[in-house]
Amino acid sequence: MNIDSAVTAAFTARDYKSDVKPVWCPGCGDYTVLSSITKALAELALPPEDVAVISGIGCSSRIPAYLNSYGFHGVHGRSLALATGLKLSRPDLTVLVTGGDGDGFSIGGNHFLHACRRNVDMTYIVMDNRVYGMTKGQPSPTTEPDWDNALSPGGTGLRPFNPLVIALASGANFIARGFSGDPSGTAKLITEAIQTPGFSFVEVLSPCVTFRPDQRDWKKIVRPAPVVPTEDIGQAARRLMTDDGFNLGVLFSGKREPYKLASHKDEGDMASLEKQFAISRGIL
Amino acid sequence: MTDQINIDSVADLLAHVKAMESEAMDRYQDLAEQMEVHHNSETASLFRKMAEVESLHVQKVLERAEGIDLPHIPPWEYKWTDGEAPESVSGENTHYLMTPHHALQMALKAEKRAVNFFTRLLEQSGPGMIHDLAQELLDEEREHVELIQAWLAKLPEPDEGWDEDPDPPLLQE
Repeated sequence: MNIDSAVTAAFTARDYKSDVKPVWCPGCGDYTVLSSITKALAELALPPEDVAVISGIGCSSRIPAYLNSYGFHGVHGRSLALATGLKLSRPDLTVLVTGGDGDGFSIGGNHFLHACRRNVDMTYIVMDNRVYGMTKGQPSPTTEPDWDNALSPGGTGLRPFNPLVIALASGANFIARGFSGDPSGTAKLITEAIQTPGFSFVEVLSPCVTFRPDQRDWKKIVRPAPVVPTEDIGQAARRLMTDDGFNLGVLFSGKREPYKLASHKDEGDMASLEKQFAISRGIL
Repeated sequence: MTDQINIDSVADLLAHVKAMESEAMDRYQDLAEQMEVHHNSETASLFRKMAEVESLHVQKVLERAEGIDLPHIPPWEYKWTDGEAPESVSGENTHYLMTPHHALQMALKAEKRAVNFFTRLLEQSGPGMIHDLAQELLDEEREHVELIQAWLAKLPEPDEGWDEDPDPPLLQE
């Protein structure tokens, strides 16, 4: 993807921020993800009114309020369904979906599978902190099996959900992982994700310093993936199945054609709609 | 992230300095807002003051760059040595009960990173305009370090247990 070709300098990252101040805990990784999103939008010179950011429920799902674009803070786990409907009815908009691991992979798990499968042109950014932070620290689908805390004594013992593998198997066209401690690198991934047609999935490791203070160590663990992006789904599958969850970068970039409504143009035409309406009422 | 700072023109260097100061200003503003949201007005004021100082630095860079066409550089292509603009304070160690002393310690760390950046640039650049400008910027950053150290010396050390809160906003029940 040729990022250099993006039209630049029309907007600054600040132009995408709203007057609403984030209420996240100081030190939360979501602050820098918000910054990465605004940097990516500025780099792509997308007018705020041409962007819609859809979310579900959770700390990270508050992002639409903090942006100056269109936004919809929707129902828990249903952000992808909302975004799919929006993108199909308004294909001219750049649609971003933001949320957390609980919203996206538990409550919204079913929608995640089918959004990947449908491959509608939008970008899904999941701030993964492996915990339900807003409801005070319950284990999420991506929590390690031995994470011991007051709400899961001894850990859940459950195998974590691997969102990147599931995304690949379900048909997502672009799969990447970023880290909130690397805001510029994450901005680059989001830029590439938006530029890649089809369903793009970006997992951003975003520490919850309140309920997972151990995640402060992530900055010592993450590293650039020692591979070049591949469009070979078999190669990507092998990489992701052996991945330890801390390799950063584009891990798959495919060539699937995004899903579009074939008859969208006709449906949007008022004369055509009126004609259909007349037929259904038996006027013609 | 790079070991070699490949800056090959004055315009390129000024673009880097402008980004460095702007990012620092934005980060201080963000931190001030975070503290305001958590009703820590004392530390919020300090972050606001730092944002104002950085804003003056941005103006100074723009004045210096007058008549020079600064190149557009995507955020991920700056030649920072550790991934982030050197003068930006790291937000990861903030706490809603942090004191102005903590805030200045963060600022000092950021200024020292800026000193390291220009020191390395100076070492890597041969004689010429980039070298001269890097020296000038290094001197300025060293001055900032001294100013913050002097400021820090006037502030009381935080008490033991400064982060203890009998009724924290988020508590696992």
